[in-house]
Amino acid sequence: MSGTYDVIVVGGGIVGSACAWECARRGLKVLMVEAGIVGGGATAAGMGHLVVMDDSEAQFALTAYSCQLWRELAAELPGSVEHEVCGTLWVAADEWEMGEVERKARYYEERGVAVEVIGGKRLEQLEPNLRAGMAGALRVPGDAVIYPPAATHWMSERAGEAGATVWRGVEVRQILEEGAVELAGGAVVEAFVVVNAAGATAGRLTPGLPVRGRKGHLAITDRYPGFARHQLIELGYLKSAHGEEGDSVAFNIQPRKTGQMLVGSSRQYGAEGGEVEPGILGRMLRRAVAYMPGLRLLNVVRVWTGERAATPDKLPLIGPVPGRSSIWLATGHEGLGITTSLGTARLLGERLVGGDPEIPYKPYDPGRFAWVPVAGQTGAGVGAW
Amino acid sequence: MRVRVNGTEVEVSAGMVVAVAVARAGRLWSRRSVIQEPRGPLCGIGVCYECRVTINGQAHQRGCLVACQEGMEIEADE
Repeated sequence: MSGTYDVIVVGGGIVGSACAWECARRGLKVLMVEAGIVGGGATAAGMGHLVVMDDSEAQFALTAYSCQLWRELAAELPGSVEHEVCGTLWVAADEWEMGEVERKARYYEERGVAVEVIGGKRLEQLEPNLRAGMAGALRVPGDAVIYPPAATHWMSERAGEAGATVWRGVEVRQILEEGAVELAGGAVVEAFVVVNAAGATAGRLTPGLPVRGRKGHLAITDRYPGFARHQLIELGYLKSAHGEEGDSVAFNIQPRKTGQMLVGSSRQYGAEGGEVEPGILGRMLRRAVAYMPGLRLLNVVRVWTGERAATPDKLPLIGPVPGRSSIWLATGHEGLGITTSLGTARLLGERLVGGDPEIPYKPYDPGRFAWVPVAGQTGAGVGAW
Repeated sequence: MRVRVNGTEVEVSAGMVVAVAVARAGRLWSRRSVIQEPRGPLCGIGVCYECRVTINGQAHQRGCLVACQEGMEIEADE
């Protein structure tokens, strides 16, 4: 098989940009094609929290590995990326949740991630705007925050410096069987491997893909420096993030370097359209105010939504489509794509050149799902998996 | 009645808004933008948000909409 490029990456979000950079860095001839602006989709809608998560061993492995890669990159990041190691506080509202804090602390410590169990009194000192009487928190001091669109722009520039070609405002209509893409204008561009990194819309290009959209809302306030000092998340977050079907909200607030407070979060399956929905936005903000009553007095200056690319097991799809050696996937990162972009790119790059990834790749391999790609058909992806 | 603007006492009448108190303190502007440009009252009807000041410790209050009250502490950016 001949190819004009070695790799075509479809989608210039943070995952696609990281993959394009990684492949170019390894000497592959890369083309990245972004339909809109680089980092303008779910990347721009997300919070930018670099966080170690422990919903499963595989999720822990990928997030911890990725956070390590972010740390190695930190000194190179330009100021526009607003990288800040503010740490995460997983807030326990009561004694039962404090038990979870202890369990979580042991889990992280056993796996080499530094954490600190914080008592209620100390928590009041660290975060005086939290409601009084919280049981405590787990502090993960190595977690950090970035501004994802700027990080993505920077990665795409680095990909370019490493020899990658980046097309902006060019839509891919179809990924062809033989390892090529057909553009909206009808032109066909060939490569040995096409990487579908189109986020929640990946199913349009790879029909049958077990990915569907999970809508989220965020709000950002005016500048109130110091109102919160860490990224604060309720421990019950996991219930919201991983609960099965219903709409859910969780308290999740992030201090930006500008002094603005980014307030989340909500999760909805099957919510058509990108419009802000007052009902769930209200629930989300009431939840946040319940944890930080002073939020009520802060001015919210913008609210927006985004579409996470969710898979049935909350793990991304990284690797070849079953039975299609020339079509690879880098999607399905749900709410963790900002963190796991770097780990994804390393795994993908290593596997593409036949190397041995630093963490086991099997948990993220698309072949773990029993699904058959639907040949020669574009349009809607799977509505339900 | 009296209010304080950046620590200086200013005499105002009932019904006057905070933006007036700031002006009576001799200030043309209320705050500084992200890039440190001076900003002051523009629309006077709560739409432009340019006249924001800190009132009794609460940041980003619109000076043109909040009526002065005895003893109010107003902080405008230098």
